[in-house]
Amino acid sequence: MTLLARPAAAAPAGDRRDRGVLRGLGGRLGLLGGLGVALVVVLVLGAGHGQLSIPPAEVLGSFFHRVGLDLGPMPTHPRGDDTLWTVRFPRVVLAALVGAALATAGALMQGVFGNPLAEPGVVGVSSGAAVAAAAVIVFDLTFAGTWTIAIAAFAGGLLTTLLVYVMSRDGGRTEVVTLVLTGIALNAMTSAGLAFLLFLADQQAREEIVFWTLGSLNGSRWQYVGVVAPLVGAGLVAALVLSRRLDLLALGDRAARHVGVDVERLRLTTIVVVAVLTAAAVSFCGIIAFVGLVVPHLVRLLSGPGHRMLVPASALGGAVLLVAADLWARTAISHADLPIGMLTSLVGGPFFFWLLRRARRTAGGWA
Amino acid sequence: MMLAAHGVGVTLGGARILDGVDLAVEAGEMVALVGPNGAGKSTLLAALAGDLVPDDGVVTLDGRPLAAQAARDLARRRAVLLQHQSLAFGFHVIDVVRMGRSPWRRTDREDDDDLVVERSLERADVTELAHRLFPTLSGGEQARSSFARVLAQETPVLLLDEPTASLDIRHQEALLTIARDAARAGVAVVVVLHDLSLAAAYADRVCVLAHGRVRADGPPTEVLTGPLLTEVYDHPVQVIDHEGSLVVVPVRKEAPCVPA
Repeated sequence: MTLLARPAAAAPAGDRRDRGVLRGLGGRLGLLGGLGVALVVVLVLGAGHGQLSIPPAEVLGSFFHRVGLDLGPMPTHPRGDDTLWTVRFPRVVLAALVGAALATAGALMQGVFGNPLAEPGVVGVSSGAAVAAAAVIVFDLTFAGTWTIAIAAFAGGLLTTLLVYVMSRDGGRTEVVTLVLTGIALNAMTSAGLAFLLFLADQQAREEIVFWTLGSLNGSRWQYVGVVAPLVGAGLVAALVLSRRLDLLALGDRAARHVGVDVERLRLTTIVVVAVLTAAAVSFCGIIAFVGLVVPHLVRLLSGPGHRMLVPASALGGAVLLVAADLWARTAISHADLPIGMLTSLVGGPFFFWLLRRARRTAGGWA
Repeated sequence: MMLAAHGVGVTLGGARILDGVDLAVEAGEMVALVGPNGAGKSTLLAALAGDLVPDDGVVTLDGRPLAAQAARDLARRRAVLLQHQSLAFGFHVIDVVRMGRSPWRRTDREDDDDLVVERSLERADVTELAHRLFPTLSGGEQARSSFARVLAQETPVLLLDEPTASLDIRHQEALLTIARDAARAGVAVVVVLHDLSLAAAYADRVCVLAHGRVRADGPPTEVLTGPLLTEVYDHPVQVIDHEGSLVVVPVRKEAPCVPA
């Protein structure tokens, strides 16, 4: 440690700072650019893969022709173009949107709770939104057309986020233990609610709810994209606007107020944004946990905790992760469409273990 | 008049923490708040900072009640160093200091950000730590880094809650020297101190709190006297004039150990 530190300490302070800024800026643009490229790659691969395999060049060709550019080959299979536009594209686009929403919601929640273990799935916000949405399915509510489920999920998500917030905060910080225990209590309550709704539901609604608590992108349609896209868009813009102030919240409530943050207003605004993003993710795809935990954590390892970088990079990273995970869910077992929520929990659960152990070791930093 | 508490009373959990406290701090003045544990020093500082709204009385900054001023406007007028530093995520020290500049965003003063941050790091003697992660620093280093953030805020009022608690002698003296220099340059400084000798050496005025009330308020030589401190701290205290500076020491019953 000392040996490593010495050469750096010997360099003039100004020199070090300049290099830091350059490396930081270049690295940040590189990270966003790299994630953007990765997103395009997984989108094209994801759209091409399935029972009817379409090569990447034909996927791109189909896309370019549809937007009016005479570029690339059209799909050779007679039903290729049709398959892409009615089944594959809505699915990969929805996966990208939901991934972006979940990862951004995770980053925002962690910022507002001052705790890197906060995540909509872990603390029960996703399942709160799921209960409300399941109620819509069971009671066959249609007060707002295709938007009904989204609106119910938003209300459920907002209510649970506020509940977690009120119950787990103490003196401006949230203890890891309190947060996780609050999550357990809430998840218990929401699974009771879901069980009750399952009990009430008829055969068809029951299947719909079960499929949905597992989390799946199966049956994605452009209609769903039409509901989810504006919610995610609005949520992302709001998250970017809030990001600078969320940095200041890391100082703790009192110190954040001392540097001019209207803490209460910032927190409530952020919670509403989290609820919007969670609702967007949950409405049609069900509960997909741990994306909001894993992605922001990896981004922080790469580019530090600053939210101006964390928010956009998490959005892109979440999109890449979920499109890739969905591709895996469709191909891991041939002719089977595994529930994606099961896969993310399979990978995210152990990751959560690891984070918890780390949090305990470095209790000073995270408690 | 810069910052003033008028008849401030605070009740927390049924206990009367502050009762009828009057305190006015002028620009260019350094006031030390002293008193035994539980006297209400930190609560008074929190009320002066606008963190808690007093149950009785009012705190004004430039004649306007704190409660009526927006967080952003207050942040441009006063900076606060809290007793305990915490940071939820692993920011670099330089980023933390830069957070002190956030009240000046979208103003002309934003142009000075880099210069002010660099100077604040130097003044608080943490330039060496600029690229270290804040949560990995020792308590004293965190306190100095936070002090740099407070300096970077460039406000006409500075409130410091036990800023010297975790510092070594050299940094205690350095920090209070900076605070006093700021006062000489026109800043109103309020500092909570436990070390009465430090208060005597650096403050223009010492305000002694006891049981939530102001027991005495005036220049150190008038306020810091053996009889008064003995009564307030409920322990015999002696004030010695050591080559022109006051030294406050507790009277110990047993003679110090002398090697045979």
